[in-house]
Amino acid sequence: MTQRIASYPGTALSEEDIERGRVLSIHDRLRADYAWDAGLAIGRYLDGLKAGQILGVRCERCDRTVVPPRAFCEQCFAPMDAFVPLAGVGTVNTFSLCYVTWDVKRIAEPLIPSVIDLDGTSPPAGIMHLLGGVATDRVRIGMRVRAVWKPARAREGAITDIRYFKPLRRG
Amino acid sequence: MSMRRVAVVGAGMTRFVRRAMETPKELAWHAARMALDSCGLTLKDVGGVCIGSAPDAFDGVHMKGEYLSDGSGAWGKPVMRSFVGGGTGVFLGPHGWYHAASGLFDVVLVVAEEKMSSFYPHAQAAFVTIFDHTTERPLKPNLLWIFALEMNRYMQTYGISKRDIAQVAVKNKRNAADHPCAMLGEANITIEDVLNSEVLAWPVQRLDVSPVSDGAVAIVMAAEGVAERITDRPVWVQGVGWNLDTAYWTNRDLAYPAYVERAARMAYDMAGVREPRKEIHIVEPYDPFDYKELHHLEGLLLADRGKAPELTAQGVTAREGAMPVCPSGGLLGVGNPITAAGLMKVAELFWQLRGEAGARQVPGKPERGLAQAWGDLMQVGTVTILGTQRPA
Repeated sequence: MTQRIASYPGTALSEEDIERGRVLSIHDRLRADYAWDAGLAIGRYLDGLKAGQILGVRCERCDRTVVPPRAFCEQCFAPMDAFVPLAGVGTVNTFSLCYVTWDVKRIAEPLIPSVIDLDGTSPPAGIMHLLGGVATDRVRIGMRVRAVWKPARAREGAITDIRYFKPLRRG
Repeated sequence: MSMRRVAVVGAGMTRFVRRAMETPKELAWHAARMALDSCGLTLKDVGGVCIGSAPDAFDGVHMKGEYLSDGSGAWGKPVMRSFVGGGTGVFLGPHGWYHAASGLFDVVLVVAEEKMSSFYPHAQAAFVTIFDHTTERPLKPNLLWIFALEMNRYMQTYGISKRDIAQVAVKNKRNAADHPCAMLGEANITIEDVLNSEVLAWPVQRLDVSPVSDGAVAIVMAAEGVAERITDRPVWVQGVGWNLDTAYWTNRDLAYPAYVERAARMAYDMAGVREPRKEIHIVEPYDPFDYKELHHLEGLLLADRGKAPELTAQGVTAREGAMPVCPSGGLLGVGNPITAAGLMKVAELFWQLRGEAGARQVPGKPERGLAQAWGDLMQVGTVTILGTQRPA
């Protein structure tokens, strides 16, 4: 039918149409505050971070260790409560050099988000975090990295207690 | 399966634009009305209504399905909204199919609408809530991250270059130049234009990405016995499939979308397709980013792993190629009002299989096509297979 329709509905507006008041629109801001419970497994994970340790969790039945921890194994549906301390060292699975913020503002120095496969887990079982202490042209997939922690007194039980991951070797 | 056979009998769509003057409800009405008119039906003929729309956060309207219902022709009728993120538009294939195949309704109106422009200043910020609030959101992630991370892993795993991937953006934006509803059709765009565009989150650059868009698409589905009375050229639903992987997205192989393969196998089994590369004549895989078209062709088993770029380079996936991919122009060219973009792919198959796609028509009288979409936290695969042959 597309070839039989001469003109399609849908009227394109420009920013100028709005700014100049050529068309009317209502602007409002929604306030949405939440307090999320960390839950059983992530609660332990956050306790671990506060203590300067990354905790994984093991499913004996599936013979796998994963991070972030979870209360149940999504594959066999058994409880998963054997927590395993991980060394905080891993391998860059992938990374990006990101020049825009979450709300699309341009930044000059890129953030380097990465998926990091942590030693002691059963691949693929990485976590997302940032890389730091490395020049942008030196970042590589396969690079070995370790967690850089905030000082103990500044830690609060959050993923940001790890400031970033940096190369094991000077690059 | 003791289900009734179901066909698509009509389709309609609005233009895809960066910001539409029309409200979501008005867009939905335009597309739904056009779909009904295209097959000579009225609301009285419609038994049930299926709506697809993405997160309520874009519109800032809670219960968007209910809000959209009257614009979708659902006044006083049974209506059901489905939502599986970006996968929703093609999920409407199985959703609408079920409604008619089950015997509950003879004629079903299926409507997908998205208005992303309402979110200020940019819809991207609405996506931050897809990330885990405790383990990821404090890092201030941006939607581009997951695509950039996946694209880089895909490139590294198979030794694929940015230039290989940019070919997809060029093909789709050129195809879209022939689509009357397209937002970013560019007949003369080149690979250099893509490679020289602004770097957003390397390896993702501006022209690797589909735009924020507003728009609506609707189709009419009818059960066997009714479909043939509505039109002498019904396009049959031959197979549907869907699958979700874990939301622990960092615990997955980012180079290969296994959930797309599982959805595809479900649909191929239902359609009796044994050799997809020979039996699928047109493909409309989800292409919100150029590498995703390649990634998805591999997940759909239409290309070997890591080899989809070669098909593109050889022209196999061109509109005149042996297996046209995104002849519509896809999300990269037509635009990406999320669920509407997915259903646009199903509508494109309908038009192509009826030989009604005008300047976009693929040659050779195709008999079967596949639409696929993907979404949520990179975990959803949805597939709809349409064909000119009534299923056995």
